Amino acid sequence: MKYLQDIGSYFLMLKKVFSSFTKTSVLKHLIFKEINDLMISSLGIVAFISFFVGGVVAIQTALNMNNPLIPKSLIGFATRQSVILEFAPTFISIIMAGKVGSFITSSIGSMRVTEQIDALEVMGINSLNYLVFPKIVALMFYPFLIVISMFLGILGGWVAGVYGGFSSSTAFISGLQDSFIPYQLFYAFFKTFVFAFILATVPSWQGFYMKGGALEVGRASTTSFVWTSVLIISANYIITQLLLSS
Amino acid sequence: MIKVEDVHKSFGEEEILKGITTEFDKGKTNLIIGQSGSGKTVLLKCMIGLFKPEQGKIFYDDKAIQSMNDEEQRQLREEIGMLFQGGALFDSMNIEENVMFPLRMFTKQKKEDMLARVNEVLNRVDLENVNKKFPAEISGGMQKRVSIARAIVNKPKFLFCDEPNSGLDPNTATLIDNLIQEITHEYDITTIVVTHDMNSVMEIGEKVVLLKEGKLVWQGTNQEIFKTDNEDVTNFVYSSNLFKKIRDVQLKEG
Repeated sequence: MKYLQDIGSYFLMLKKVFSSFTKTSVLKHLIFKEINDLMISSLGIVAFISFFVGGVVAIQTALNMNNPLIPKSLIGFATRQSVILEFAPTFISIIMAGKVGSFITSSIGSMRVTEQIDALEVMGINSLNYLVFPKIVALMFYPFLIVISMFLGILGGWVAGVYGGFSSSTAFISGLQDSFIPYQLFYAFFKTFVFAFILATVPSWQGFYMKGGALEVGRASTTSFVWTSVLIISANYIITQLLLSS
Repeated sequence: MIKVEDVHKSFGEEEILKGITTEFDKGKTNLIIGQSGSGKTVLLKCMIGLFKPEQGKIFYDDKAIQSMNDEEQRQLREEIGMLFQGGALFDSMNIEENVMFPLRMFTKQKKEDMLARVNEVLNRVDLENVNKKFPAEISGGMQKRVSIARAIVNKPKFLFCDEPNSGLDPNTATLIDNLIQEITHEYDITTIVVTHDMNSVMEIGEKVVLLKEGKLVWQGTNQEIFKTDNEDVTNFVYSSNLFKKIRDVQLKEG
């Protein structure tokens, strides 16, 4: 019963987010701030993880190729497929659920605890539009972060493959270009947009409707990470089934 | 003027407000007092629209808030200033941005004009050279004063204060009380202060409303509060050890 109430309250929140808009000049300022807080500040961690995980994917693929008949270009091919289809959109989104998701929940939750949200409401401001809408817009730039992750993941694979002595540069690049299906990019970016929406709204919901004090802010952040991850993984399964298996 | 008529509010099975009816006068500091859990803050939050009463009406200048459409309610909220118990300043903004916030949201003034008004109200609450500081960098008393400045910057008609001097030392508490009263008279606004501090009652209680267990049990002025025989009032007033001792000394001296 509580889960049904929570689902209902989530959709009612979404309805309110897209009504009674805040003044455009204020909203513009908030959107730039959120792009900085949520996207630009995540560049470092995303770049670091993408580069090294891409490298690990290439090494793992190379070490599991025991049959001499399998061409070395498979390392590049496997790296490209793993990074573009799953690692960049899904794995990075789970990391972002921890980094950005808990930041969103704790910042909105702290505003709730310290009556800052009440202050907005008393002034006649639609606090959900003011707080959540800029986050949704900022996270619509999330695919740019994923493009960087894809590029660095593949670059990491190339560096590990070539400088680790597992493959030649020509073979790796040939593998990268082999059997490329542009539709798979559409699939990757489609799910990136869905994950971005989940990343912006689920932690906001957790923070906005939390009750209690500082301890509850911490609890809400943890719950937010769990639910955001569960929803991302579930959405990933459903989208993959719908877009790739037909 | 704000009129409250038969307001009831419950949370679950528990009825917090049990039919409150009273009036708060323009140009006066109106105090809602009572012990913790008596329903003071709930009544305040019903008046400012954060809680919706199940029954009863709240009138702002003879117009019931319940009969206002969304646009009228939005306009009314622009006329309300609120001082929260903890200040409720926005952590991510500096003092200048905090005070300027209502002007940015509701007016089309140029930045220079807004800045001039911000400096004017900051001077009014005796704050200087704090414009670029963040709320975490100033003391609790200064935060309260910034909060007052933010509440009055857009020239409100109604000012609500929720325990404005809680957590402050006696001197600063008195300063904040006096500031609230001065601003009330200066801007000729309807001010409602929720408190359980007898010093505030003494200092600024031009009209005092006593709540007990969700019911209004007494109303009058701070002059009348020490003359009444109402048992609830005497129990509340003399629950303070200081006032008890003063009364004992006065009784001894005859």
